[in-house]
Amino acid sequence: MSQPARIPLRDEFNSRAHDALGDAQLRRNFRGAMDSLMEKRAAAFSDADERERLRTLGNHIRARALSRLPDLLEQLESNLTANGIQVHWAETTEQANRIVLDIAERRQARQVIKGKSMVSEEMDMNHVLADHGIECLESDMGEYIIQLDHEKPSHIIMPAIHKNADQVARLFERELGEPYTRDVNQLIQTGRRILRQKFFDADIGVSGVNFAVAETGTLVLVENEGNGRMSTTVPKVHIAVTGIEKVVAHLRDVVPLLSLLTRSALGQPITTYINMISRPRQAGERDGPEEVHLVLLDNGRSQAFADSELRQTLNCIRCGACMNHCPVYTRVGGHTYGEVYPGPIGAIITPHLVGLDKVPDHPSASSLCGACGEVCPVRIPIPSLLRRLREENVSRPDPGHAVMRGQGSKYSALESTVWTLWRTLYTRPLLYRLFRFFATRLRALTPSRLGPWTEHRGAPKPAARSLHELARKHLEQSR
Amino acid sequence: MSAKARILDKLRHSLAGTETLPDDFDETLVTEPWRYPPEQRLARLRELMEAVRTEIHLTSQTQWPDLLAALLAEKQLTRLLIAPETDHGRQLTAHWSTRSDASLSTLSLSLSPQGRGDRIDGPVLSPLSLEGRGAGGEGETAAGSGTDSTQEHSPSDLPALHAYDRPVEEWKHELFHDTPASLTGTVGAIAATGSLILCPDRHEPRLMSLVPPVHFALLRASTIHDNLYEAQRALNWRAGMPTNALLISGPSKTADIEQVLAYGAHGPKDLVVLILEDA
Ligand code: SF4
Repeated sequence: MSQPARIPLRDEFNSRAHDALGDAQLRRNFRGAMDSLMEKRAAAFSDADERERLRTLGNHIRARALSRLPDLLEQLESNLTANGIQVHWAETTEQANRIVLDIAERRQARQVIKGKSMVSEEMDMNHVLADHGIECLESDMGEYIIQLDHEKPSHIIMPAIHKNADQVARLFERELGEPYTRDVNQLIQTGRRILRQKFFDADIGVSGVNFAVAETGTLVLVENEGNGRMSTTVPKVHIAVTGIEKVVAHLRDVVPLLSLLTRSALGQPITTYINMISRPRQAGERDGPEEVHLVLLDNGRSQAFADSELRQTLNCIRCGACMNHCPVYTRVGGHTYGEVYPGPIGAIITPHLVGLDKVPDHPSASSLCGACGEVCPVRIPIPSLLRRLREENVSRPDPGHAVMRGQGSKYSALESTVWTLWRTLYTRPLLYRLFRFFATRLRALTPSRLGPWTEHRGAPKPAARSLHELARKHLEQSR
Repeated sequence: MSAKARILDKLRHSLAGTETLPDDFDETLVTEPWRYPPEQRLARLRELMEAVRTEIHLTSQTQWPDLLAALLAEKQLTRLLIAPETDHGRQLTAHWSTRSDASLSTLSLSLSPQGRGDRIDGPVLSPLSLEGRGAGGEGETAAGSGTDSTQEHSPSDLPALHAYDRPVEEWKHELFHDTPASLTGTVGAIAATGSLILCPDRHEPRLMSLVPPVHFALLRASTIHDNLYEAQRALNWRAGMPTNALLISGPSKTADIEQVLAYGAHGPKDLVVLILEDA
């Protein structure tokens, strides 16, 4: 036994995790970044009492909005429409892409510039547009870097956090012919120069939405770079894409949510730009888009909504704090998850977007240490939701009453029988005593290999005599 | 059935028999920790904005045009984009024409104690910040700049004032390539977060505070609010939002590479706030 045993790999998540764990550079990049994000968050919430009360308020605002979601969506639509913003609804990412393509075709658009938008990642918009001959370029510096390297974001706030300056420098050298420099300022200025021209040329700007305010018909966008403002102001058409859960009732609701978002995400009291868009360019105005569209995407959200426990997933304001604090995410990195949303939030939202059977290992990729739930600014009980999804993973849906798409993919008749037996034994004293008697007498027959359990541990063996028996004997002797 | 009808149907079905949760918004949580005595409001705003590399100068309703001229000279900015129909745009234009024979060097000398002493972060920014040209290929490199001389008011020794008086389509190239600096007003500021509030409109369009590499903003000290909640109320946004409302808290920045903070990502590389203390 000179070779250490290799972990047998059952599926893609595990094999990707295994590779990531062996990549020292990647682990250093993540460790460094997550440590600093955790520190910044802690410093931004110096008053624990204020923080906890604000989290409760954030939770109530989101839960209240969800408790009247259909009404709020209709109110949002009617106020946006009155303001001159066109609202579109899409059940699937295909429908959402179709809406964007129709607008692009009508405007004969050739170039699209994108601010950061996770929903457009769900839609895989860049590739869909490219298939129709439309260039769709990311303008957030992190997103631009990974698009250049044909990668997906590895973090929802810091998409290129898995790369260090050296890796970015080599990428710019290779793809853009820029002279190598590790100087971050110079790298950013290169991005600025190239993307400025793209903002200038683009026919359409695409953005996400952080909060959609129903009472005023306002789209609130939060960012530091100014690329979001560029994308929503320079091109003649602005298309915002967002999930149906992003609506809040009142303008005032945005105040605590903003504070929670920027402090949890980056430890900043506020981001450089808060961009509140309520109308397209009005008569007499000299800039701004002529058309503003909002695409409201379902893509599995109404499924999460249907279950009052799983509905809490939709409270999420996409701050990324759960990822920054997750011991699993920090070690395996975002790409291991293989989906748009990595980390704890990914583990609870992705099953609704793509089906639990497509990502059966995501809910298990957690130590259930509870850090994610503790930091979540809107108090999503992520650990309980993970346990719930684990349960849905192994239970067969009642016909006609499936909780979610793809549930039960880890169901095993054997495992289920074993647990039923176990339950029966432990709830019937007579049966239990019989079982105990034979288990101790026949202990030599217990199997020494028990699947994955024994890959790294010995199999449990019953003792020669049970504690009950030993105790009884002891009492009899001392009597 | 449309996508909208199906989505709403599903949501309504899931809510059947449930109650709307009560609205227990507690405004003390977003106001009380974020209140400042009037004399501290400005200091708080300044501290937060300077922490994100904003340049702040205290001046007055009558003196700011001279200060601005001195700062433009110091930063070697030769053109300034203004909104001619605004009060400050008019004031500046008038000032420029009366000062056309003033000597800029005297001007900057007399104002520099105030002008420079206000900076806290020692080394005068990066080379990028003091020029409109340089790495970005922006500002004054003026490749094929189609400057329309009728737009200019340029006494020989003062930077040229350029008016944003037409739709952007008519001069987009110049805006992107030959506009090193701009001046805008603000409708207020927020002490709690160190933010300026801008509501671009017909007279002062949105791109003024975004495209030029250096953005000068005028702020009347009396319009600084304690926190966003109170600012929203004071501006009565609930009754009707402006087409575009912005909170701006410093120059554009990013930490997307290795968490290293870099300024001048896509928007202005420098934000200079002139605070008018008597207004
Ligand atoms: S689940 Fe909570 S902590 Fe995670 S991204 Fe969403 S809001 Fe942030």
